[in-house]
Amino acid sequence: MSAAARRLWPYQLALLTALIGAWHALTAAGLLSPFFFGRPLEVARVLGTWFGSGSIFPHLGVTLLETLLAFAGGTLLGVLCGLWLGLSPFAAALLDPYIKAANAMPRVVLAPIFAMWLGLGIWSKVLLGVTLVFFIVFFNVYQGVKDVNPVIVDNARMLGASRRQLLRYVYWPSALSWVFSSLHTAVGMAFVGAVVGEYLGSAKGVGYLILQAEGSFDVNAVLAGIVVLTICALLLDTAVTRLERRLLRWRPGQGDAAHF
Amino acid sequence: MAAVELRGVSVRFAGTSGAYTAIEHVDLDIGAGEFVCVVGPTGCGKSTLLNVVAGLAKPTAGEVRVAGVPLTGLNRAAGYLFQTDALMPWASARDNVAAGLLFRGVARAQALTQADDWLGRVGLRGAGDRYPHQLSGGMKKRVALAQTLVLDPKILLMDEPFSALDVQTRSLMENELLGLWAADRKSVLFVTHDLDEAIALGDRVIVMSAGPGSRPVASHPIDLPRPRDVAEARMSPRFVELQRALWQSLRVEVQKSQRAMAAAG
Ligand SMILES: Nc1ncnc2c1ncn2[C@@H]1O[C@H](COP(=O)(O)OP(=O)(O)OP(=O)(O)O)[C@@H](O)[C@H]1O
Ligand SMILES: [Mg+2]
Repeated sequence: MSAAARRLWPYQLALLTALIGAWHALTAAGLLSPFFFGRPLEVARVLGTWFGSGSIFPHLGVTLLETLLAFAGGTLLGVLCGLWLGLSPFAAALLDPYIKAANAMPRVVLAPIFAMWLGLGIWSKVLLGVTLVFFIVFFNVYQGVKDVNPVIVDNARMLGASRRQLLRYVYWPSALSWVFSSLHTAVGMAFVGAVVGEYLGSAKGVGYLILQAEGSFDVNAVLAGIVVLTICALLLDTAVTRLERRLLRWRPGQGDAAHF
Repeated sequence: MAAVELRGVSVRFAGTSGAYTAIEHVDLDIGAGEFVCVVGPTGCGKSTLLNVVAGLAKPTAGEVRVAGVPLTGLNRAAGYLFQTDALMPWASARDNVAAGLLFRGVARAQALTQADDWLGRVGLRGAGDRYPHQLSGGMKKRVALAQTLVLDPKILLMDEPFSALDVQTRSLMENELLGLWAADRKSVLFVTHDLDEAIALGDRVIVMSAGPGSRPVASHPIDLPRPRDVAEARMSPRFVELQRALWQSLRVEVQKSQRAMAAAG
């Protein structure tokens, strides 16, 4: 976080407080219907009950497990396929129309099919998440590999790099910054996969909780579920940022101040 | 035996608006331990020539021989200093210099020691931990020089290595290069668009004609005494004579080649 961003956080907190305050005032005064918009205090109370009684944890655990598996699996597959297609123009040219079609397709519609194949357990959600994450990471790695400065590749070859060494010392580090920029989007997509999957059919998970709450028109519980998901996604995103800072120290503007 | 021989080398690029012949029928010998400079107008095909000798570009006609052996694939005896920045931005200066040694299977600790040694020799002691974006243009060129020289190549290909430097740094590095070269007499092919630099450094200056179909149109031996100091050499009367003679032949030869081209249609 830059110094400027750090100095801004009291204002950011104030803005949040003001928004929640306005929400509270408008619903309390009856200008917004609490039936549709909920009440902040009620949302807080639901959250308190969930975490106080611990009833949320089995659901949150399942959703997080699905998300992490989807995130890891999708990223791994995306990186492998991206490297492979980025390095073999023939395979890339051959598969090009299929990749374009698969990318253009709204992939969330696959959820019912995955549920049919894999049942209502966690694996149908994981597979949906993997599909969503895969394409984001894949396209970025593919782009990253094709974007490597050819002079750097030629230089490494002149220095004696074998194909494997090129992959390890040139293509991989070059693709890594693209991987990380995609991971921020991918974190969100992994959650989408888990929650949408749960939404379409499950017996556990935060998505299931939200669905239940909607069924009984309990908008406060719906909002509480959204708050929980948002906070988890933010935490995961922060972890990705931390890792990114460590691994991409070489980039301009990454930790320069610490060096000099 | 010549270190590098080019026999009838041509390179054509297939483009969308028709093919373009960059260099055509180039015959050139670089003797063992010889410092050959190549000058020519921009875009004539100097980098293309180096790429061919490096084995990065395949000639569309003709043959390259390295120590008498026809070149197929990369030229393993050559080190190449590219015209544009070619350092790996994700590796520190030390790791960049050590890269070639690691590729060749040298143990990491030893590779890093040798890299530090070479960073010192190009005047960058203590800058090993910096990443390329934390180095100035001249420092990057020095790292690239160390990166190439640490592998001790028999043939050194250099593409306008000093053109981005200010005058002082430039003559400093030119002298450093001459010192390093004097120590173990590599065969050098040095491309520059600066005639003065070519005369100050080389044993021989090759003048290339303007493209398309560029080829060497003159080859001047430089008989300035060695060891040379480039700044002093530039002020010697012999330097001025050579410079005049080279300009003369450059102009004449270029006109000749232009007439030949006009006659050929
Ligand atoms: N890959 C390529 N495809 C098509 N044309 C090319 C390619 N590479 C080089 N050329 C053309 O070949 C000619 C020679 O290029 P080259 O880079 O060898 O010139 P140069 O003498 O090194 O120029 P400079 O002094 O500006 O570096 C140029 O006209 C260029 O447009
Ligand atoms: Mg060039």
